[in-house]
Amino acid sequence: MSSNTHRGRAPKSMGKTALRVLRMMRGFYPVMLPAVACCILVQCIVQAMPNVFMERALTVVGQTWESGDWATAQPQVLANAAILAALYFASLICNAVWQQCMAIITQGSLKKFRCLMFDHMQDLPIRYFDTHQHGDVMSYYTNDIDAMRQMIAQSLPQLFLTMLMLCSVGCIMLWYSLPLTLVVVAGAAVMALLGKTLAGRSAKNFLRTQRAVAAVEGLVEEVMNGEKVVKVFSHERQIEAAFDELNDEFREAACTANSYANTLMPILMNSGNLLYVIVAVAIGVLLVVGAPNPSLSGMGLTIAVGVPFLNMTKQFAAQIGQISNQVNAVVMGLAGAERIFELLDEPVEQDEGYVELVACTIDRDGTVRECDRRSGDWAGQWAWKHPHQADGTVTYTPLAGDVRLFDVDFAYEPGHTVLHDVSLYAKPGQKVAFVGATGAGKTTITNLLNRFYDIEDGKIRYDGININKIKKPHLRHSLGVVLQDVNLFTGTVMDNIRYGRLDATDEECVAAARLAGADDFIRRLPDGYDTMLTDNGTNLSQGQRQLLSIARAAVADPPVMVLDEATSSIDTRTEAIVQRGMDALMAGRTTFVIAHRLSTVRNSDVIIVLDHGRIIERGTHEELIAKRGTYYQLYTGAFELE
Amino acid sequence: MQKKTKETAPSGREVIRTLAGSIREFKGASVATPIIVTGEVVMEVAIPFVTAQLINSIQAGASLSEMLPYAGVLVAMALASLTFGIGAGITCSQASCGLAMNLRHDVFAAVQRFSFANIDQFSSSSLVTRLTTDVTNVQLAYMMVIRTAIRCPLLLLAGIVMAFIMAGPLALVFVVIVPVLGFGLYKVVRTVHPIFRSVFHKYDALNESIEENVTGMRDVKSYVRQDYEKERFGRAAQDVCADFTRAEKILALNTPMMNFAVYAVFAVTLQFGSYLIISSQGTTLNVGQLSALTTYGFMILMALMMVSMVFAMITMAQESAERICEVLTTEPTIKNPAHPETEMRDGSIDFDNVTFKYSEKAEHRALAEIDLHIKSGETIGIMGGTGSAKTSLVNLISRLYDVTEGSVKVGGVDVRDYDLEFLRNNVAVVLQKNVLFSGTIKENLRWGNPDATYDELVEVCKLAQADEFIQQLPKKYDYYIEQGGTNVSGGQKQRLCIARALLKHPKVLILDDSTSAVDTKTDALIREGMRSYLPETTKIIIAQRTSSVADADRILVLDNGHVAGLGTHEELMESCPFYRDTYLAQNRTSLDDEAGAEKDEKDEKGAPAASAAPAKGGEA
Repeated sequence: MSSNTHRGRAPKSMGKTALRVLRMMRGFYPVMLPAVACCILVQCIVQAMPNVFMERALTVVGQTWESGDWATAQPQVLANAAILAALYFASLICNAVWQQCMAIITQGSLKKFRCLMFDHMQDLPIRYFDTHQHGDVMSYYTNDIDAMRQMIAQSLPQLFLTMLMLCSVGCIMLWYSLPLTLVVVAGAAVMALLGKTLAGRSAKNFLRTQRAVAAVEGLVEEVMNGEKVVKVFSHERQIEAAFDELNDEFREAACTANSYANTLMPILMNSGNLLYVIVAVAIGVLLVVGAPNPSLSGMGLTIAVGVPFLNMTKQFAAQIGQISNQVNAVVMGLAGAERIFELLDEPVEQDEGYVELVACTIDRDGTVRECDRRSGDWAGQWAWKHPHQADGTVTYTPLAGDVRLFDVDFAYEPGHTVLHDVSLYAKPGQKVAFVGATGAGKTTITNLLNRFYDIEDGKIRYDGININKIKKPHLRHSLGVVLQDVNLFTGTVMDNIRYGRLDATDEECVAAARLAGADDFIRRLPDGYDTMLTDNGTNLSQGQRQLLSIARAAVADPPVMVLDEATSSIDTRTEAIVQRGMDALMAGRTTFVIAHRLSTVRNSDVIIVLDHGRIIERGTHEELIAKRGTYYQLYTGAFELE
Repeated sequence: MQKKTKETAPSGREVIRTLAGSIREFKGASVATPIIVTGEVVMEVAIPFVTAQLINSIQAGASLSEMLPYAGVLVAMALASLTFGIGAGITCSQASCGLAMNLRHDVFAAVQRFSFANIDQFSSSSLVTRLTTDVTNVQLAYMMVIRTAIRCPLLLLAGIVMAFIMAGPLALVFVVIVPVLGFGLYKVVRTVHPIFRSVFHKYDALNESIEENVTGMRDVKSYVRQDYEKERFGRAAQDVCADFTRAEKILALNTPMMNFAVYAVFAVTLQFGSYLIISSQGTTLNVGQLSALTTYGFMILMALMMVSMVFAMITMAQESAERICEVLTTEPTIKNPAHPETEMRDGSIDFDNVTFKYSEKAEHRALAEIDLHIKSGETIGIMGGTGSAKTSLVNLISRLYDVTEGSVKVGGVDVRDYDLEFLRNNVAVVLQKNVLFSGTIKENLRWGNPDATYDELVEVCKLAQADEFIQQLPKKYDYYIEQGGTNVSGGQKQRLCIARALLKHPKVLILDDSTSAVDTKTDALIREGMRSYLPETTKIIIAQRTSSVADADRILVLDNGHVAGLGTHEELMESCPFYRDTYLAQNRTSLDDEAGAEKDEKDEKGAPAASAAPAKGGEA
């Protein structure tokens, strides 16, 4: 299912992507996000403060401990402790508030990203889905969103907090002593460099691991799906050997990546310890030497300054560790974000149409009048509303179902023309069948009628209107398509039939099911029309699913139908039932049938034989049989039809 | 399926024992990790202790000669701690990645030993999940456990002991705060876990609906349902988001709780610490010790936090571990006999009073009391409607399933007495749901016989009517087939699968509806090819089309697990209504007009017309 081809790639422009993510998140939460920033800011400032009060309390202690006079010291110590408690309280509130907000922001943003992606995906042209593996598309929603989650929930606030902590602790350090601060900053810089190198290696190896994962997962998926074939050929040992090779490679890559990640913290922590010793010695030296202590406060260096300073050294070093710890998550998250933007930046399907389908009444003299409600069946109730830009007039053409192709050329990729000079017509109510060997271009025609793809040259007219002028949704409403691969959606049987027309009543849906010949089997399902279908209706047989898709088209009730016959083999009885359903659906409509079995095309008004994208024969069944050409050969089973 | 998992869920101890069996060569690394971690913890605990001495020495007047020894010891300790840290980091990733590799290997190998019945029990997508996500979950949990299982309790204990040594009664503050915080953290994990569990199911459903849209996009667009789908998805996404937010909000209580504890310890220490120092004139407690005390406090609380994380991780991995264990403990229902037979006399097949049910408990008998005797070299066609048990019948021959009652013999020997691999090499099956694997055509064909020469490959492909299209492919026999065989057509795939089976030179060849996408003419040529290439081989052909079986020696008609007819085409046209009806239904359109008559004529002539070039004239 997932092919994972686009995983395991480093992000290209991290800065730009990060900015875009932040900009979007600010758009999602214009108030809450700054509020979080404020809370983090306050918390950071407050968290740095205890050192000041510790220094003050210790000064008091230092002055009085030799006398042992608690009574004089008590008010001062208590006062400092009280302020400390108040600050803690404030910090706690801030922390709680931003943590709660972040929970909302993280999940909310992910939801919004998901919805943006899904909405955008809905508007992408069919070409996108034909040229991208479904597994890759799915991976945007799973792997990439997961990578983003980690980044938004943890890394971003953590990084912000860390930056602020560094600043505020740095300021307080400067307040006490410039030379000592320089020592700390220099040490921290070395640590940061170390961390960056290690984290970079780790990230590189994690990306390598992802590629190894993709290889293992690919094989696993393939083998698990084909396990029965493996057994039939007693191929277990060979496949196991192939798996072990990939598996070992995966372990090797994962082990290296994890080793880097795991050693990062001890290295940084102990560098922190070393820094601590260096600062302690520096304090000792400065105290002994009695060197001048330039500082913002102008305070001299005492033991009361030294102890909290050592504490701050620890805090400072710990923050460096935090940053390095988040680097991996950020690299992965941005890589995910970049891919998500790739999807969001795919150009959507364009629609320059302006002709609309409107409900109408048609007077006896043929005048069409627009009205706003639909009643009864389509005949004489719908019309194309065609505004003419040149003179500002509007003409109405009743919806009839007349389709004509004029000299149509088409290529999926420029230069590889798959349809040449195709001209044909179908008058309202006529049945046109397409016949031809694999790759002759039968299915391509469906893609053109409802404009999944646009033709290269020529013209297609629906009721005399160039289909390029018709708004796509309106064009597609006027065309029904039954595809050979049936896709059902999670929901009840009734929901799936109603998919054809959302305002259809239950009675209309049942009537459509009856027309399609699906009513019988539906009633025999455990919950009848309320039976839940999951997993593309795997609990139904192939034939049953086809009947449902016919019923769905019947409920939509369009004047023109395109039927792509199923190729898969269903047993003869079911095939007959499906055929009856198709016949019922075709009655009274213009129909294009893409035939994979010839038994169904005999009563067509015209049969078109395609070969390599060209029409090579056309005529009724009798005419073509008499001609003894390709159709005759196909009919007598000389070629594969698929 | 989740239900099933519940019923057979093995006990926690069993799960651990089973998974532990996969540690094997990584036992060394697994044991080394906690030992090295212990060293790391000792250093971590000792460092603040020495630091306190250092601070005191500074305070005491701090001559450098007094300070430097402490500094030296500290540096040495930091270096030792660093070494331990790096060592533990490496061994623990070796151990956990190694365990993961072995688990994947074991699960994969277990599946290779599975019988068809075992495979049916697990869906293939669930096996994929077990091999990927579930193993990863266990790996992460294992890494956490071997790193922290010793570390956390040790840190907790050491922290408290050191605090008491250094600060005496002041350390009581930890005795109060640790259980409170511990309880809080435990509560959070407990509340959040069930929410996560349920929301993950919803999340899966959400992703499934995306997949539905991706595959069904043509339908969505044909029915102009984009807005409807967007709205539906929006609602489902909102639902998932609400649940996730609820869980994460509770989880987000952890940090403030933790901070509260740290602050409380800090404030109390400062308050009473100062009092103690002053009132005892530095004898009970001195400034250095006070500073160390805050460090230990922090250490203790971090250890607690870590314990709660490990706890959460283990609960998350628990389900995964159970699912992996389920595969590992599943006994293959079909095993090699103790003294396997590796000689096969001929390709005769005997069904003696065979009854078959898909599971012991099942009411429904897929096959009931079948007696059928097939001579070596005979060609047997099998027909019947959907669910008539055609596939079930042939699956018994190569022992893909075992009979419930009675016996199946090939070459006069019960199939259960053969060596499994030997049996399957001699009874080739082309499955109905057939699969090609990613790789070249050559590689795929050689599944049938790894030593087949190029000429042999071409020969069988000619017989299976596959050579012609292969020759037109870009790299011919080196053409790369994509996963799932998506870049060849259904008919081409079927012909390749037949060629692959022919390469085995089997005593019995079974084609299970293997030519459904092939046209009738090619179908006939393939059958003709098999007849000439493998004259001795017993051939069994399951088909939907009567034309595929009409020329068989005998045709078996199955109906709902019973024999509804057995005989030649002519006999069955007389005696078997099902066969006659099917034949007439399929041949009506071609018989009742002159083209049909024409076709019959041609067929009788031996039909060289198949190779006639398509009429390219008459272009419109």
